[in-house]
Amino acid sequence: MSQLHTNTGKVPIPADSHQPRLDLVAVKADFPILDQRINGRRLVYLDSAATSQKPWVVIRAITDYYRKQNANIHRGLHFLAERATAAYEKSRAHAADFMGGVEREEVIFTRGTTEAINLVSYSWGEANIGEGDEIVITEMEHHANLVPWVILAQKKNAVLKRIPITFCGHLDLSDIDSIITPRTKLLAITQMSNVLGTINPVAELTELAHKRGALVLVDGAQAAPHMPIDVKELGADFYAFSSHKMLGPTGVGILYGRRELLEEMPPFNTGGEMIGEVHFDRVTWAELPHKFEAGTPDIANVVAFDTALTYLEELGLESIRQHEMELTGYAIERLSQIKGLEIQGPQEPAQRGSAISFTDPNIHPHDISTFLDSRGIAIRAGHHCAQPLLRILGKTATARASLYIYNDEADIDALIEALIEMRRYFGV
Amino acid sequence: MNEQLDDMYREIILDHFRSPRGRKPLEKADIKSDGSNPACGDEIEMQVEMDNGTIKDIHVNCKGCAISVASGSMLAELIKGKPIDEVRRIAELVRRMLKGEQVEIPDDLGDIDSLQGVRQFPVRIKCALLAWVTLVEGLKSYEDGHKHAGASTEHDDQPE
Repeated sequence: MSQLHTNTGKVPIPADSHQPRLDLVAVKADFPILDQRINGRRLVYLDSAATSQKPWVVIRAITDYYRKQNANIHRGLHFLAERATAAYEKSRAHAADFMGGVEREEVIFTRGTTEAINLVSYSWGEANIGEGDEIVITEMEHHANLVPWVILAQKKNAVLKRIPITFCGHLDLSDIDSIITPRTKLLAITQMSNVLGTINPVAELTELAHKRGALVLVDGAQAAPHMPIDVKELGADFYAFSSHKMLGPTGVGILYGRRELLEEMPPFNTGGEMIGEVHFDRVTWAELPHKFEAGTPDIANVVAFDTALTYLEELGLESIRQHEMELTGYAIERLSQIKGLEIQGPQEPAQRGSAISFTDPNIHPHDISTFLDSRGIAIRAGHHCAQPLLRILGKTATARASLYIYNDEADIDALIEALIEMRRYFGV
Repeated sequence: MNEQLDDMYREIILDHFRSPRGRKPLEKADIKSDGSNPACGDEIEMQVEMDNGTIKDIHVNCKGCAISVASGSMLAELIKGKPIDEVRRIAELVRRMLKGEQVEIPDDLGDIDSLQGVRQFPVRIKCALLAWVTLVEGLKSYEDGHKHAGASTEHDDQPE
């Protein structure tokens, strides 16, 4: 376990690798929303950790679906129903490949990461967590991977334990052997923090959790858009992420679950589409994955998600990661030059993603956000759905700039210039 | 937007933000009231010294955005020496103004008028309200015989 205790912040791509570079001019041109002026200024979008913008191909995939393919899936016996079903299932197969090659029956479409995690907590959790069992989370979880476990623990009289964070925003694994124990039933952990940016050593922790007999759910909402994902390599038993943070439409989430687990789990929602046989006194369930997809899903957006995945893969997830590491490094370097500005989380790009939280000693994050907005720069300010973490950091709110494939150094320069101007404006 | 921005952060507001009034804690406080604005994390601590039904002195310590700090500072400046009933009337006037009603702001409440620009930024209205909600809660508990009150802008829609 010595490797664990030194927390190396292992990431898939070393900082010195030479991936094909993104053609930023071409990428930017693919995003129609960026081609507009906000408050008389070029729009600088630095809020992709909240939701990403969408390329033309994805927007067109949605309208194409409604123009040429729209029908309800799986049940219809006509031409359109078959086409719609094939497109929907193709997206599922693509998501299975995207996660490093899992079985398509192991891929459940949900409304988003939040619903995916709720599915696990209600279905698996209800059936498998009992009094005195331990659920382990980390202090840096988003409410989506926190509230369901708080509620489950309360309901079942289970114990919610947490892995603390260090001063630098890494997980503190020095006492991990007393946190993950033989009583631990589940480790629920984010792969990348939406506040600190930290990339967690998930594979190592998964190995430890499995040794102690626990399952592992990984919240991949922040990681999946930005780096290659291999759920088997991570050892995840469940993996959840969202389409809308990775160029796809809103309303689509993905839950990967190991087949044996999904087969054992009772359904979450019930109704149409998820049944085998229905009688007035008994019901049998459909096969995987349909058992977990009651009702008509968000077909058009699932189909367009397929296009988003293709777009990302054509750029190359390694190249995306490389681009973001370089740009994150540049952003942190420039932000550090503004005296007094406090940057949260690891400073080394290889150990973190591209969401950069910061605070000014004299100007509240909401004032920062309002001022930047007047300069056409969109960032996020607030507690970022991570109130317990913010409390640990001693903040009520932070400002957060988060980067993606369509951002470049000019965007960072605009941010820095506006932050300097902001201090003059407020006169503090 | 720059006009909107300058309309919200008027010079009077920035002046109150840079040097808030009422920062000095009181030695003798008859009312203590703490308020918070959960939506954005603004926090305020208030102490009031009463003298025969009037506000003798007030201390406001606000940790928050420029709007909440400025609003708290204006409150401290304005209500000192005023009887409870009048203070209530002013608080109600501010509340109605921030909620978008057309109200006449008397000249002797001058700075308050400058908060009107906040109305163009709906999420910031609660920041401007925080100090006033906290004060009203404090006065209410004082009259109910309590010394300590807690307020939250989450409940500012409720009848007072």
